[in-house]
Amino acid sequence: MANIVQFENVGLRYGTGAETLSDVSFTLSSGAFYFLTGTSGAGKTSLLKLLYLAQRPTRGGIRLFGEDAVTLPRARLPGFRRRIGVVFQDFRLVPHLSAYDNIALPLRVSGVAESDIDAPVREMLAWVGLDQRIDAKPPTLSGGEQQRVAIARAVIGRPEILVADEPTGNVDPDMAERLLHLFDSLNRLGTTVVVATHDFHLLGRIPDAHMMRLDKGRLLDPTGSLRFPPPGEAA
Amino acid sequence: MNIGFITAAADRRLLDERRGTRAMMWIMAIMLFLTALAAALGLATLAATTLLDRQLVGRLTVQIVEPSAPARTAQTAAALAALRSAPGVRDAVEVDRDRLATLLRPWLGADGADPELPIPAMIDVDLASGSAAAVAAVSAAVTRAAPSARVDRHESWMSPVSSFMRLVTWLTAGLVALIAGATAAVVILAARASLETHRETIEVMHMLGSTDMQIARLFQRRIALDTLLGGAVGTVLAVAVTAAMGARLATLGSDLLDGLSLGQRDWAVLAMLPFAFALLATVAARYAVLGALRKIL
Repeated sequence: MANIVQFENVGLRYGTGAETLSDVSFTLSSGAFYFLTGTSGAGKTSLLKLLYLAQRPTRGGIRLFGEDAVTLPRARLPGFRRRIGVVFQDFRLVPHLSAYDNIALPLRVSGVAESDIDAPVREMLAWVGLDQRIDAKPPTLSGGEQQRVAIARAVIGRPEILVADEPTGNVDPDMAERLLHLFDSLNRLGTTVVVATHDFHLLGRIPDAHMMRLDKGRLLDPTGSLRFPPPGEAA
Repeated sequence: MNIGFITAAADRRLLDERRGTRAMMWIMAIMLFLTALAAALGLATLAATTLLDRQLVGRLTVQIVEPSAPARTAQTAAALAALRSAPGVRDAVEVDRDRLATLLRPWLGADGADPELPIPAMIDVDLASGSAAAVAAVSAAVTRAAPSARVDRHESWMSPVSSFMRLVTWLTAGLVALIAGATAAVVILAARASLETHRETIEVMHMLGSTDMQIARLFQRRIALDTLLGGAVGTVLAVAVTAAMGARLATLGSDLLDGLSLGQRDWAVLAMLPFAFALLATVAARYAVLGALRKIL
């Protein structure tokens, strides 16, 4: 499988503080499934931010879709971002838009005609079990419902890479199972999936998944080839 | 595919319309009210100045200042003959005695009509050209025929009035430019404030792959609409005030102030102001939003 993402000695520092990420090197293969684990503050969210181009690294190199993402001109970022679906830890739904409009947003941003938006949005709403809450606005949705809208928004554009930051943090185990199944289905369709989680119950659910572990901003297994459970650790 | 655009209905929903409560619209109404009033004054003054200039150019008054009535009559006839035969004179008419008495009534009362009173004879002259050479040639011809003649150019009497009116026109043009500048500044500030209000939405849109231009269009469209609606309200009010003032002026019966009126083209210029300001607001909003977005990754 071709490499879709390549990090080489990447470091990230916010302001003048210590490095949040240090010497992070790994490659992601196209169409593979990755879990990114680590304790709170290990740098998972920062690494994902680099991955979905919300941040540029302080040092090191990042190649994305075969191009240098560090020196990528700002004007080309939108085109790259449209190829990446993101489930944010804090959902980042637009509060005054309905569930329908939130999910439709990536399609509208990409210039899909209104007539081609309705069917996939309704299908996605049904898929995440929110077809009865189509007009509900995020403040009226529960945490779990908001998370499902966020996931639906991330996957509706059939991204080449799906990045999810703690996507099952606010849902019950059944829904977590369903969402993981959704990610797995998307992965089988060819999407590279990266899920940051510290929910160890999830890690064994995708048998072929790779696992990357971060500790204090450093990647413990630079090859990204670990399988769950890691050697010497019980599940 | 509708590349580059978010469709209008979805676009309207994207920025929370309840935020900001359309204060911008009312600010624009006030701005356009002031602009339209200043522009109306400027256009009216310009029209009056043009009319005045047209009326004064090439207009002369010849006075025959001769105490002896028979000599005055003879010199007047000679001057009229000289004028009518001079090249470049379009018309030469003696002002009749009754008209002179009417003009003098404020100073002399009924005595102005006394035939024994040695009032100078006056001839209104209209030249084809108002050039100094033409005036000099006519003056020479008149004074040769009537030694007591004194030639006055209307232009020289009224030039201070004319230049004052030109000054007023420039002043109003400056006011319009100043208000346009202030409007652009208000739009830039409002766009920046609006960006701050919608920062979360913009960040999400960026992460979903929105271009700066797509985001800028959301803001510029909204600001242009506010400017157009507010501007229309302000301009309609200013036009109503201008029309009322025009009606008042018409009742004054002043020759000079009668010129302070707006023609069809002037009304059309006033009607175009909201559109011009909406365009200005669009450009200013785009400039402000794109400038602010460039600072974000």
